[in-house]
Amino acid sequence: MDVGLFSQYVMNGLMLGMMYALVAVGFTLFFGVLDVINFSHGDVLMVGSFTGLATYLGLDALGVVWPVFQLTAVLAAATLAMALLGAAIARYLVLPLKSAPALNTLLITLMLGTVLREGIRLFYPEGANPKPFPALLPTDATALGNFNLRTDNLIMLLAGLVVIVGVHLLINRTKLGLAIRAVAQDEETAKTMGINFNLVVLVTFAIGSALAAFAGIMNGLYYNETNFGIGLLLGVIGFSSAIIGGLGNIYGAIIGGFLFAALQTVGAVALPFASAYKDVFAFGVVILIMAWRPTGLISEKVSERV
Amino acid sequence: MNRGHASRANLMPGTLGIAAATAFLILFLSVESQAGTAVLLLGGAVFVLGAARFGGIARMRQSFTGNEGAMNLVVVAAALLLTGFFYDDHFTLLLVATVMIYMVAALGLTVQFGYAGVLNFAGAAFFGIGCYTAAVLTRNTALPHVLVLLAGGVMAALIGALLLLPVLRTRGHYSAVVTIAFTLLFKTFLEVNDTLGGPQGLRVDGMNLFGWRFNDNIEIGETLELSFFANYVVGSLILLALAFAFVRRLERSWTGLNMDAVRLDETAAACFGYNISRWKITAFTVGNFLAGLAGAIYAMMLGFIAPTNFTFGDSLILVSIVLLGGIGNPWGIAVATTIVIVLPEKLQIIQEYRFLLYASMVILILLFRPLGLLPRPLRSYVPGWQPK
Repeated sequence: MDVGLFSQYVMNGLMLGMMYALVAVGFTLFFGVLDVINFSHGDVLMVGSFTGLATYLGLDALGVVWPVFQLTAVLAAATLAMALLGAAIARYLVLPLKSAPALNTLLITLMLGTVLREGIRLFYPEGANPKPFPALLPTDATALGNFNLRTDNLIMLLAGLVVIVGVHLLINRTKLGLAIRAVAQDEETAKTMGINFNLVVLVTFAIGSALAAFAGIMNGLYYNETNFGIGLLLGVIGFSSAIIGGLGNIYGAIIGGFLFAALQTVGAVALPFASAYKDVFAFGVVILIMAWRPTGLISEKVSERV
Repeated sequence: MNRGHASRANLMPGTLGIAAATAFLILFLSVESQAGTAVLLLGGAVFVLGAARFGGIARMRQSFTGNEGAMNLVVVAAALLLTGFFYDDHFTLLLVATVMIYMVAALGLTVQFGYAGVLNFAGAAFFGIGCYTAAVLTRNTALPHVLVLLAGGVMAALIGALLLLPVLRTRGHYSAVVTIAFTLLFKTFLEVNDTLGGPQGLRVDGMNLFGWRFNDNIEIGETLELSFFANYVVGSLILLALAFAFVRRLERSWTGLNMDAVRLDETAAACFGYNISRWKITAFTVGNFLAGLAGAIYAMMLGFIAPTNFTFGDSLILVSIVLLGGIGNPWGIAVATTIVIVLPEKLQIIQEYRFLLYASMVILILLFRPLGLLPRPLRSYVPGWQPK
């Protein structure tokens, strides 16, 4: 394999990894504050992608054609709408089940995912068909030997990096981040220190869901289309990434996301069997990793109280 | 004498309840118009709520726990009556058999997370292993079909054994991901594997038990011809009765008691010297065996299987059945499976919206009745014992 082709695979893997990492960070944030898995996360991503698409079509109908404004509006509409949706999920579905078994929360969010998915399929105009996603970024490419570096991919990768660094700073350098970390560490103590628990949970869900919307737009731009079914697989991959990284740890989630993308890429190009088996390979390795490190690569610190 | 009298008086509410439920199901399954279906649904809901309000349900439950053997027979008789009523209706009988087969699979899941607390989000995958085993064995070997059924279960249990190590080492959400990953892996594998038919799937031969060919219509005399699905209804009823009796015995035995201890508090159970791994392995294997068994008969009944039957969504349906019925209560499973499988088929008008409505229904139940429709009662060591 020559260098050009190799770089191409690395670039594709990085793009996928960035999307997975963004989804996984959401899972891990939710788990951090509430110890729950929000399984509608993947479908929130999908709804975010459709919100972006609808915004674009609306702007188009109004005659706005300035690409920078279009892109900004699409991103803003999708992230804001999904932040609200995420907060609503926390407020009306997750918080009321706080004292119920974990399985119930898992199931209620899974079912909400189905509701979102079916809602888009039935009520978005012709939602059952894949929708072309507009190319909002410059699509010209620089050829470096066999390696075709597309400008839009590069921009998306950098934007994803900026977002992840932003989340890192938010969690580690701001007062809000301090509150989130406090709640994640010990809910009771955080409450007695005057932290508004419910508010922190809602804000965390809003942040996580906005990240999902960002990943949804990225997914649409990368594949030039979107459809109602993307959420399920992306959700499961994001969840697996968060798990293999170690729940509750943002860096673990990021590592997990890129690791999963690497596994898929390796499964597709470097292994002797057909590339169609790439997901079989990736999920098989996930199961093996779980057998090897039962609480993820960077494990959360648990001390069981009896 | 006194005792006999008491038990006869006790038998009535349960028998009446079953009779009412059977009559309702017959009406519900035979009504054609959508308006009629809606009216019946509404009427049924009002009736059940009314019965619950005036203590009817509690009396039924007492009568069930007091005379379990007799009540089981009444239920089997009711199922046969239902089958007899729809003797030549292919579609309805297929539906009835499907419900029973799903109950067997759901019983498997009950053993896993109802009793031992082992999460399994790969129910449909183990069901599918049973299906594919049946397909391969009936098409390529002359193995007697009783053994094919068993092979379906054994195969599911064996492949499940591959997951044992990660399932035992992980807990909670971490163990959920193991089975979720397995479901996706399984479906993708089937789709890309050409030997197993790829996305087109495989054909399966009909069941043939010692010369009793399930895929022939039954002719009685000159005039009466039963649908061949009646064979499968009877076959799955036998399977269900065996599985049900087995799960009830398991629950009541010291094995079930140990599993309860493991589920309720692993640490405490370990402190008292319980072997956690042993009971988790038992539950996981038994549950997968039941799911595979159900899959094998299902494949033979449908005559055709494809990977789209075994998606993550189907696994979720199985989990929802168990949760909806009330985790760990086999009778709850009977009610929940009937609702989950029959309702969407009957409400054709909302066919397009059924997943949406169905998911919303589960959300509402989880919010307002988190223990399920029929929560598992306390373990009764003495027949007829009631908690104060």
